[in-house]
Amino acid sequence: MKTYDAIVIGAGHNGLTNAAFLAKAGLDVLVVEKNDYIGGAAVSRNLYEDWIYSNCSYVCSLLRPEIYRALDLARHGLQVTPYGGSVTFKQNGDYLGSYWDHEVAHREFARHSKRDADAYQRYSAEVMRQTRFIRDFLLRTPPDPTSFRPRDLRELALIGGRLLEMEEEAIYDTIRFWTMSIGEYLEEFFETDVIKAHLAGSGIIGTALGPYSPGTAYVLLHHYMGEVDGNIGAWGFARGGMGAVSRAIAGAFESYGGEIRVEAEVSRIIVRDGRVRGVALANGDEIRAHRVVSNLDVKRTFLQVMDRSDLDEDFVRRVENFHIRGSSGKLNIALDGLPTFPALPKDSQLINADMHFIDSLERMERAYDDWKEKTWSKDPYVDMLIPTITDPTMAPPGKHFMSCFVQYCPPELDTGEWTDADRDAFGQAVIDQIAEYSPDFKDLILHVEIRTPRELEAEVGLTEGNIFQGELTMDQLLFNRPVPGFAQYRGPVRGLYMCSSSTHPGGGVMAAPGANAAREILRDMRRLSSVPESFGDD
Amino acid sequence: MTERTTRDVIVIGAGHNGLACAAYLARAGRDVLVLEAADEVGGGAATRSFAEGFRVSGCAHLLYQLQPEVAGELELAKFGLETAAADIATTALSPDGEHVVIHGSRLEGRVTERDREGLSDFHDRMMRFAKLLRPYLNRRPPLLVNNDATDKMTIGRLGLDIRRLGRAGMQEFLRLIAINIYDVLNEHLDTELVKGALALDAVLGTHLGPRSPNSLLTYIHRLTGETGGRPGAMALPKGGMGRVGEAFAGAARAAGVDIRCGRAVQHIRVENGRAVGVELAGGDTIAARTVVSNADPKTTVLDLLGPRHVETGFTRRIRNLRMRGNAAKLHLALDGLPDFSGVDRNALGGRLAIAPDMDYVERAFNPAKYGRWSAAPVIEITIPSVSDPSLAPAGRHVLSAVVQYAPSRLEGGWSEERAAAFGDLVIDTIAAYAPDLRKQIIASELLSPADIERIYRMGGGHWHHGELALDQFLFNRPAPGAVQYAMPVEGLYLCGAGTHPGGSITGAAGRNAATEILRREGNS
Repeated sequence: MKTYDAIVIGAGHNGLTNAAFLAKAGLDVLVVEKNDYIGGAAVSRNLYEDWIYSNCSYVCSLLRPEIYRALDLARHGLQVTPYGGSVTFKQNGDYLGSYWDHEVAHREFARHSKRDADAYQRYSAEVMRQTRFIRDFLLRTPPDPTSFRPRDLRELALIGGRLLEMEEEAIYDTIRFWTMSIGEYLEEFFETDVIKAHLAGSGIIGTALGPYSPGTAYVLLHHYMGEVDGNIGAWGFARGGMGAVSRAIAGAFESYGGEIRVEAEVSRIIVRDGRVRGVALANGDEIRAHRVVSNLDVKRTFLQVMDRSDLDEDFVRRVENFHIRGSSGKLNIALDGLPTFPALPKDSQLINADMHFIDSLERMERAYDDWKEKTWSKDPYVDMLIPTITDPTMAPPGKHFMSCFVQYCPPELDTGEWTDADRDAFGQAVIDQIAEYSPDFKDLILHVEIRTPRELEAEVGLTEGNIFQGELTMDQLLFNRPVPGFAQYRGPVRGLYMCSSSTHPGGGVMAAPGANAAREILRDMRRLSSVPESFGDD
Repeated sequence: MTERTTRDVIVIGAGHNGLACAAYLARAGRDVLVLEAADEVGGGAATRSFAEGFRVSGCAHLLYQLQPEVAGELELAKFGLETAAADIATTALSPDGEHVVIHGSRLEGRVTERDREGLSDFHDRMMRFAKLLRPYLNRRPPLLVNNDATDKMTIGRLGLDIRRLGRAGMQEFLRLIAINIYDVLNEHLDTELVKGALALDAVLGTHLGPRSPNSLLTYIHRLTGETGGRPGAMALPKGGMGRVGEAFAGAARAAGVDIRCGRAVQHIRVENGRAVGVELAGGDTIAARTVVSNADPKTTVLDLLGPRHVETGFTRRIRNLRMRGNAAKLHLALDGLPDFSGVDRNALGGRLAIAPDMDYVERAFNPAKYGRWSAAPVIEITIPSVSDPSLAPAGRHVLSAVVQYAPSRLEGGWSEERAAAFGDLVIDTIAAYAPDLRKQIIASELLSPADIERIYRMGGGHWHHGELALDQFLFNRPAPGAVQYAMPVEGLYLCGAGTHPGGSITGAAGRNAATEILRREGNS
């Protein structure tokens, strides 16, 4: 029976990235995937007639350009096109648009508040400084602050050095930024509700915290640290939907000789004599490997797929205390035509933008209060896009695909488990909110796919449907992610590694955890690695 | 007003930190004048007479964070500091009468075995972290870049102390420092009632709910004191908190400090970029080489100093300081000892908590975010007359309660009527546990955060003169440019709760400021 150098569990984008770098280094690698398609949550699926849905993740920015280049993803068909800004609709019929052109953006902000338009310059500079700081650490393994090994001390000194390179006050501002709530941070700059709400969205997406919870400014940063074509903070569409990202990475993997097996659900990671030996599949097959890399979140990896008896009790407790909170939902909608938004000027480019329908921090915070009470937000924060305006390949001519990401949606309701009726009521709340701003929207709907945490978990395997495979709070970042002492991608059993978004630097279609884990595996094998370990390129 | 021409030091405000600072400076040979706008010393360490024969701690009502260094060095005991009840327990009130008593790491009542072990474990961990942090309360926060040997030593020692926790301890510390108390209590405990009462301590005096990240740090902060030689313990001062203020004043006077009450400072006078004295309400001026403000940073910079004397960036930081008090105070004069169903008499001498579960506390917080008060508030009750009969006429009692959440920025603003309406709601909430309470009330008052701001001159009615959040901690308290007590204006210092290490009756800010002033201005 064949023994692979490595088996990667889960063909999500991080698993594929990990596998690609291992295969590129000459390893014999098998990726096993429970679904009959690859991609995990970075997936394009044909769930309704001729429409392609980016049915989970829907936009691209975080994918590290170093990885894009190292795996030659352009050659494997990945093409990302930036889209045009964003818009927030006000309840009074007005709107706030933001544009990439600074002059236009300034004029638009000034239309709402002259003072805020000026403050926006200061705000952008501050956020950009924080973005540049964090980008340096995305493709590095977090140091263990409790260790005295030279490598950890060196990395710690590196982080410290980067921090101390700033001016004194900039360091303190950095500490503030990493610990503040996005709401309070924005209130230091802006006076206008709609501007604050417009900017705060990135602080709550995927997170079970409200805009007034400390720590949400960092969550905003997590959404700002990507780029499209070198434009830091920009977001774009992958041509053909988000599945294009996974397909390109899989293409790279296969070009290095890697093998992917779909419909191969792992039921157990086999451990013998304190070492990983392979995996057992749900169908009873066993596959041997010298090392196993789990792209499942840590709760699934250690509480479901691993045998508890192979693990230290203290470690299990730490994993149990890792917080993966479902807080998001998703609607994928097939449209018979392009809906109109009367608040927007005729032919506005904002039809191509990220649209939001909540115009104050209070409304956003109240949406979170609903989540705490185990109900979906009655007045939700919706991040809505129509990718087919930019990428017509996803729908028949003249028709459109609309993606609605929804915050907040709890993993479990006060009434108990989700039912289909609950799911539909949740979807209706989202549709009703959008229809308030687009009178023809409801009539154009051909098909709606509604995903609550229940559906997301069942289909993609994300615990509670959490898009980051674990909250991005300070207690779960850097050397604390996923649990203290295990932040360097090695599991507690020899030969076992972790490469999911539960590890540093966390979620989003970034591919950094997968790449970082590959670097550590190759280091353990004393193999030459082509995994980028850069201090950014800006 | 006739004054000697020039003082060495003027301290604005006779709060306990101002008095501590003054006492230390006078002991070092400085000629110190303390100017207090109110008619009494103590600031928030006050005893208030609110009905004929009834007295109560007007603002803070429990001692838990007083630094033993301060109490010892200033000989506060000699000047009248005395506890009426030391190391008191907390009775967590349950709507069904099955109350649980929490005393440090011990539990009495209907709890599980996991609760007992969990609380003991939780308490040990928290005390360990509090012990680690306590020495740093009594040092100035270090600067990270433009620092001197003292700062380098502080940073080095802190690093070493954290290392000394050992691998597991250090991992735990780094994980917990910014976490919320909600998750940590769920990791340790089963019984909601216990978790609710512990969460209450984490959120008292803050603008946080138990689910807010940062709420474990505020819990640890509370444990960084010592009363009666017991770290982390709570005590009721004899004679009310005013006696504590008086003890500080006694120590200051004994050191030669000149304290004048009823003297409100209008302005800090600045000449050639240097503080040269103060101008009083009424126009009199007093000159001094050094001016120290015990007022909160916003009042100091925006009102007393005036923004024109500092850079715009610094003013902006001070304006952005979050100082939204959420705590109201309820005082009841009672014609007998209230009967809390299921609570025995002894427990009434301790502390009673109305915070039956963590979600209750979180729900109480929700409306505060939108400028509204809690429909079902969380309440910390003491009946100080149980251990100190001097506070009420014979056979009668006085009840003091800290109530959250009552936002200082109440939508529509606070008025007497609205304070009374909120007071009614609070009394009803308490009466649910003590059915005869209403019949026993002789007099009552509710001090809203607006009242606390007015009476005790704390901006936003905020106990800590600014949220104790990680972004307003250490290097950021109150703001870069003023974290080592010295303000950007030469000769001007801060010594109040708005500086490191924050509020509660600690004396640490005053002591640290005095040390810093002597360091900077030479030990004459």
